[in-house]
Amino acid sequence: MIDLIVFILLLALGYGFGRFAESRHYKSILRREQAFRNILLIAARFPPPDLMPERTQLVAGSVVVSVDYFKRFLAGLRNLFGGRVRSYESLLDRARREAILRMKSEARALGADMVFNIKMETASISKGRRNTIGAVEVLAYGTACIPSRAEA
Amino acid sequence: MLTSNLEIVPGRRILKHLGLVQGSTVRAKHVGRDLMAGLKNIFGGELKGYTELLHESREEALERMLEQARAVGANAVLNIRFSTSSVAQGAAELFAYGTAVVMEGE
Repeated sequence: MIDLIVFILLLALGYGFGRFAESRHYKSILRREQAFRNILLIAARFPPPDLMPERTQLVAGSVVVSVDYFKRFLAGLRNLFGGRVRSYESLLDRARREAILRMKSEARALGADMVFNIKMETASISKGRRNTIGAVEVLAYGTACIPSRAEA
Repeated sequence: MLTSNLEIVPGRRILKHLGLVQGSTVRAKHVGRDLMAGLKNIFGGELKGYTELLHESREEALERMLEQARAVGANAVLNIRFSTSSVAQGAAELFAYGTAVVMEGE
């Protein structure tokens, strides 16, 4: 009985705080995406040959995000029936966008206006602990091109 | 030292390839951080402690790679890649590798 109460309490806490945290995070992501819109991200391996940047530099951004208790429970249910696991989709979407934003802010600090050869990498952190995903780490990295006018 | 994950550097020629350089580090998280992470697993959200930990370890892997590059006399490392793997429960290996080259100029 006491287990059930704790379980329901955890679900409710996860639902409430998780929703709040997610909507706040999305708001901040949207705001910063607007602010960093002028930095171009290009996934091409080779920059165009006529581009002559002053300097190039590796930039990276990473984030570890955890899913809340309620969503993990939903995903557990999904495991029974199969299909799209929406609760994890939003988690990964948030993590990727956040990692890209952090990379962009590093690029802006260097005065870059383009980032080439973007690579993304996703790693699950709480592997080995039962069968839950729990938390994911996303790393985004690329090469920032710093135009010469940034020096002047 | 120039670092890049492109295979070329726009506007500069590669004079010499010096081969692969690599750096890695294995890190474990400490109990306090694990406890906080346990709480966050209920509420959701960013695990700042882990983000920091992984960021630090990645910097260290990169630094070790650059050390190797300096030792072979390179002035740039191109085509850098990162990889993360969990070796044991609670420990992760961060690995960075790239090609050490000598570039013209500088």
